[in-house]
Amino acid sequence: MEAFFEWFRWLYDETGINLTFIYDSFDRVRLVKGFWTTILLSAICLVFSVIIGIVGAWLQGSRLKWTRRIVQGYIQFFRNTPPLVQLYFFYFALGSLMPKVQNEWGGYEPILGNFAWAVISLSFFAGSFNVEIFRSGIEAVPASTIEAAESLGYTRLKAYIHIVLPLAFRVCLPALSNNLVNLVKTTTLAFAIAVPEMLYVSSQIWSDNVNVREMMTFLLVAYVGLVGVLVWAMNRWERAMKIPGYGSQ
Amino acid sequence: MIRCNGKRRSPPLNPKHELAVLLPIRPATACASSADRKIDQLPIGRIRAIHLLWLFLIFGVSAFAAGAQNEANQLSIARTILAWTPLLLKGFGFNILISFMSMAIGTVIGSVIGVLQISLLPPVRLSSKFLTQFFRNSPWLVLLFYCMFMIPFEITVGELRIPFPDWIKAVIGLSLPVMANVSEIVRGAINSIPSGQWEASESLAFNRRQQIWLIILPQCYKRMLPPWMNLYAILTMATVLASIVGVEEVMTLAGQVLAADGRPELLVPIYSFVLVWFFAYCYPIARWTIRLERIFALKI
Repeated sequence: MEAFFEWFRWLYDETGINLTFIYDSFDRVRLVKGFWTTILLSAICLVFSVIIGIVGAWLQGSRLKWTRRIVQGYIQFFRNTPPLVQLYFFYFALGSLMPKVQNEWGGYEPILGNFAWAVISLSFFAGSFNVEIFRSGIEAVPASTIEAAESLGYTRLKAYIHIVLPLAFRVCLPALSNNLVNLVKTTTLAFAIAVPEMLYVSSQIWSDNVNVREMMTFLLVAYVGLVGVLVWAMNRWERAMKIPGYGSQ
Repeated sequence: MIRCNGKRRSPPLNPKHELAVLLPIRPATACASSADRKIDQLPIGRIRAIHLLWLFLIFGVSAFAAGAQNEANQLSIARTILAWTPLLLKGFGFNILISFMSMAIGTVIGSVIGVLQISLLPPVRLSSKFLTQFFRNSPWLVLLFYCMFMIPFEITVGELRIPFPDWIKAVIGLSLPVMANVSEIVRGAINSIPSGQWEASESLAFNRRQQIWLIILPQCYKRMLPPWMNLYAILTMATVLASIVGVEEVMTLAGQVLAADGRPELLVPIYSFVLVWFFAYCYPIARWTIRLERIFALKI
């Protein structure tokens, strides 16, 4: 391993390509941490956005006019305003209204940190897309299938869980994976409120070592790689979940 | 084609799959389904100028209400915002300018790459596919950073010095992902043309260039327009990213306004003010896109 690091040090001396995040253990550790923060942020946002999507789709089918209107308003608002401004609004504007709590050193800090606000903001953003995705999926399940389930003695809830959702989920999957990819790309916005994710850590590294060119290239490749792996995995999953005889081959 | 007149339940799009377990997937927006229609009857469904007026009115009232609680010796919040509005509007105009320029550059280059994606020469096809996927899969912010740091502030060609101010770099940085997305839109539209069109034109002795220019592309424009407009709305929302790299657009100015006044109670109104502007600009585009999609869906 040392020889491997040495080689990159040699590379820097010979060619000037300064990949500090490989041979310098301090930079390496923080970059890996940043990478995991990106993954963690994406994963938590994914879970919350899916929950928002399911709940929103359920509320949109509500009998109450105003519930539907509010959900529709939420969707339209979050889809048609820039995610960055939403993030600023949540973090700076709403964050300033939040109560402060005492930390262990006796200082006061906001009850929600920047990571928490990034999760909230990005989940709402991605969730607004998920509501529409889930709704279209649930609508794609024909009434006759539900009737068939009812005639087999399923209750409404059981039919929903065992019949409608599994079918709807398969319909949603392509759009959902699209949204997930978008979400991973949007996590870079957390840079703006200093969440230590990959872009933020990289900017720290390039300010310390003045190796902007190398870091930028690495970042671009890293994100494309990350998204590439994700797309590949989602495609495999889609194929595994496919119902034979349905959809284009 | 299905008519979305709401009188009857639409038949499956594709008669090939009559025995399928599910109805075919329909995009949520393309065709009005039962729940969609309900939503459409809401006042929010059809945007009119009056609705935007309402939006601003509600915002104004809330700002005044907040201002009323303020101490008398300070300017009320509504007054402060009003005082800063020309400056912020200028910043917003700059955002629009950036979006126009990026869209123009991205569309021109993206269309070329999109057509190259169906080239018969494998190297051309594969390299344009790679280019498209690469820029489509990288985050907008990273691309923006890349252009910001990688493009020199001026280029000297012989005697001529071409300066590259920050905002030009931002335009280039934003046009890269637009280019990739336009390329995918073009490819998707070309692929959605029935293969019968290719075969028929071939049997009429059109050569490949004539096929593309005279037969295929003219049918594509209509299909490309709604996703293209959608992309424009996304781009407009992405122009705010330029504030992170220091371009003087609306978000930067909003930050400066907040810093200049130094009043924490202004935070919520100013940020919502900017949010409302973007909403007022992008929402009509979104509605219009949906309408065009419906109109075109009827006529195919």
